[in-house]
Amino acid sequence: MELPLGLIEQSLNSRYSLWVREALNDLSDNFTITDPCIAGHPIVFVSPGFLKMTGYTKEEVIGKNGKMFQGPETSRSSVMLIREAVREEKEIQINLLNYRKDGTPFWVFFQMTPVFSKEDGQIIHFVGVQVPILKNSRKSRCGFVRIQGDSHENEFRACKSFLGSCRRELMSDSISELDCTLNRDSQPDSNSRGVEIEEPCEACDDEKQRAAIAISNILFVLTHHSEVTGGLVCERRCSLPRVGILCSSLNTSLNRIKQSFVLTDPNLPDMPIVYASDEFLKLTGYTRCEVLGRNCRFLSGIDTDSSTLFKIKESLQSEQACTVRILNYRKNKSSFWNDLHVSPVHNASGKLAYFVGVQMDADDKKQDEHGLNPKTKQLSTVGAVKVAVRSLSMTVGCSQG
Amino acid sequence: MLRIKRVPTVVSNYQEDETENVSRSTGCGRNCLNKCCIEGAKIPLYAFKKLNKISGSKGLCCEYENSVPPVAFLDSLLLGEWEDRMQRGLFRYDVTACETKVIPGKYGFIAQLNEGRHLKKRPTEFRVDKVLQPFDGNKFNFTKVGQEEVLFRFEANENGNTQFIPNDAIDLENSPSVVAINVSPIEYGHVLLIPRILDCLPQRIDRESFLLALHMATEAGNTYFRLGYNSLGAFATINHLHFQAYYLGVPFPIEKAPTKKIMTLKDGVIISELLKYPVRGLVFEGGNTLQSLSNSVSDACICLQENNIPYNILIADCGQRIFLLPQCYAEKQALGEVSAELLDTQVNPAVWEISGHMVLKRKKDYEEASEENAWRLLAVVSLSEERFQEVCALIFEVIDTVDAENTEGSSSMPEEHDDGCLKEVEARNNTTRPLPMTGTKECLV
Ligand SMILES: [Zn+2]
Repeated sequence: MELPLGLIEQSLNSRYSLWVREALNDLSDNFTITDPCIAGHPIVFVSPGFLKMTGYTKEEVIGKNGKMFQGPETSRSSVMLIREAVREEKEIQINLLNYRKDGTPFWVFFQMTPVFSKEDGQIIHFVGVQVPILKNSRKSRCGFVRIQGDSHENEFRACKSFLGSCRRELMSDSISELDCTLNRDSQPDSNSRGVEIEEPCEACDDEKQRAAIAISNILFVLTHHSEVTGGLVCERRCSLPRVGILCSSLNTSLNRIKQSFVLTDPNLPDMPIVYASDEFLKLTGYTRCEVLGRNCRFLSGIDTDSSTLFKIKESLQSEQACTVRILNYRKNKSSFWNDLHVSPVHNASGKLAYFVGVQMDADDKKQDEHGLNPKTKQLSTVGAVKVAVRSLSMTVGCSQG
Repeated sequence: MLRIKRVPTVVSNYQEDETENVSRSTGCGRNCLNKCCIEGAKIPLYAFKKLNKISGSKGLCCEYENSVPPVAFLDSLLLGEWEDRMQRGLFRYDVTACETKVIPGKYGFIAQLNEGRHLKKRPTEFRVDKVLQPFDGNKFNFTKVGQEEVLFRFEANENGNTQFIPNDAIDLENSPSVVAINVSPIEYGHVLLIPRILDCLPQRIDRESFLLALHMATEAGNTYFRLGYNSLGAFATINHLHFQAYYLGVPFPIEKAPTKKIMTLKDGVIISELLKYPVRGLVFEGGNTLQSLSNSVSDACICLQENNIPYNILIADCGQRIFLLPQCYAEKQALGEVSAELLDTQVNPAVWEISGHMVLKRKKDYEEASEENAWRLLAVVSLSEERFQEVCALIFEVIDTVDAENTEGSSSMPEEHDDGCLKEVEARNNTTRPLPMTGTKECLV
């Protein structure tokens, strides 16, 4: 899928001054900057040194996912650890086998660091530095991998959210995260997990140091150029957590579900909407800012049957799923019959975390391209939401309440 | 004869009650999958396109990752049908109400407290010293499950693309491969894939069935939807060929463990050894075709079962990596070599536990769950280093032979590989179309 280049450019432009590219180009290190909030987690900046190392042109790299440099001999468990770091928004250092454009493999020491918004602690970018490991430094048969914090999931997949002010994220500085961050500069412990493949390769201290210096140089440039726009960035989450907002990993997962649905939080007063899908906004005509934080009752109107509303209320109280046909109203006051399904969603502790409401325009009930009936599709959204919420609340970072 | 006592898992609502509940005028009254009721039944068919290629980062799921799909189609179908069964109250408990957590530590073991899974069931004796046992039609098997427990059929579309037929009538000539719910789920979306259900195959791997399972992993295209297999003697409860699968959105510790390459087969399949993990095992990946990857794993499995070595399989990473783990826990248990402390937890180390997802029955164990405890349990499951090397040698002997043979033929014509050198294997396991197992084929000891 081709990504619109505008989106890629916007990724840097919306955060940093217009001179940031120039300043980054002046750095001699091999690195990329990626945006996990754009679908596919594309590369939005690539350094000249990186292009030279890999043999690609800028045009071939921008907009692609970093996995384009991996090949058949790249260790899948290493890839898994990188994914996990992305999903967990954590730093990672790892020895990795990459491939040049001509297909030749080479070992690098890969260090990747997340960049957060200082204001709200939301993930902005990842900076990934790659230091080639010289052949003569391949001394041991053991590489190392260090990942910070607890394990969690990641996918390089979708995340189509907006960096606008209405997208609110969880800034959880849990103790474990804090610890990890504080330990960031310490040396990797020697008994950390080894990666042995055919010609395994361990970075020497010199290479690790080069990576660390590169990261700090890049972060210096980014921080400096974000001061100008006022949208300060930092390498550590520094905002306080706010109540009633989803962590970005959950947001990212929910964004993959292409159906009209909202999540409401029953643990907050008046059960406000804490997530609304793009399709929901399309269906109702509201913007995200207009619906987040509000109770769903604004969808009802003068002709909405009160007994139907009562039925929904009852099922919410008893924490049961229910399906109703209800008359709803769009922003422009036009009405539509909504085949609504509401279901409780539990977090990893087994406790009620949200209600998911999946809307279906009763007049727009065509089967999907595969022939899946609308009812099954609606329930699949419920299932996907349940899996995402449960999985993403399993580690400390994303748990609610 | 070695036996252990354990509480069997109830995978179907038709497993426990033998009381006939007549609600239909035709058939046995249970609307089951057997000949009595299957005639004229309509079950949705998901017909997948046979894949020729899946390799490395060019694999199917990675294509998806780059193109950022909405939830993939098989995913939607499975999740939607599963949720439907949940709303219909077919499960014994709501698994999303079970507490679960990632155990703090380096490896990220996952613990779940599941107090409902083993309730209302008396311990039963299981014979654990025979990996291959004939199918017994008198015992519970999947032909006895109700049609409402079946989500859809999952079969290859011999000529064409992926296709979905919502109301497809069952063709009795061809035994359908079905995906059914596990009514005692250990995570959301827990299902059973039962290859050619009416053929009543016993729990044993054959090439064709394993390829089917691998296809399911690639079709789902979701890193967090994995398939697993337990052989008899390695905590399979039902001797009717089946794989399991469910969703869990965190990496399993086994998937993050480093590996060491042992060899590359001629058709590109890479076999590695699992490192720094409590259970010793092999990892299969790569391969010029999905079929060659599938064949090398199934040949290894066939070798293990022929040699009466219990094992578990995990199909991970959208079918790109397959973990093969021979184990000896049940044998140790039967011989009284497992500590009372471990036995008290009643944890059955099947494929999920071995992969790092521990389902615990007691609140105490859940609260005290630690990396050390998980490690200690899994260490007992593992073969000793010495035995593991012996077992590997057995496997490599077979795989080498098979591979050498394969390279002489065309690698895209799998059926041809089954004659000739595979006599021994084929005699026991006709890979093209196994007959229903009725005989008493003794396994090698
Ligand atoms: Zn029947």
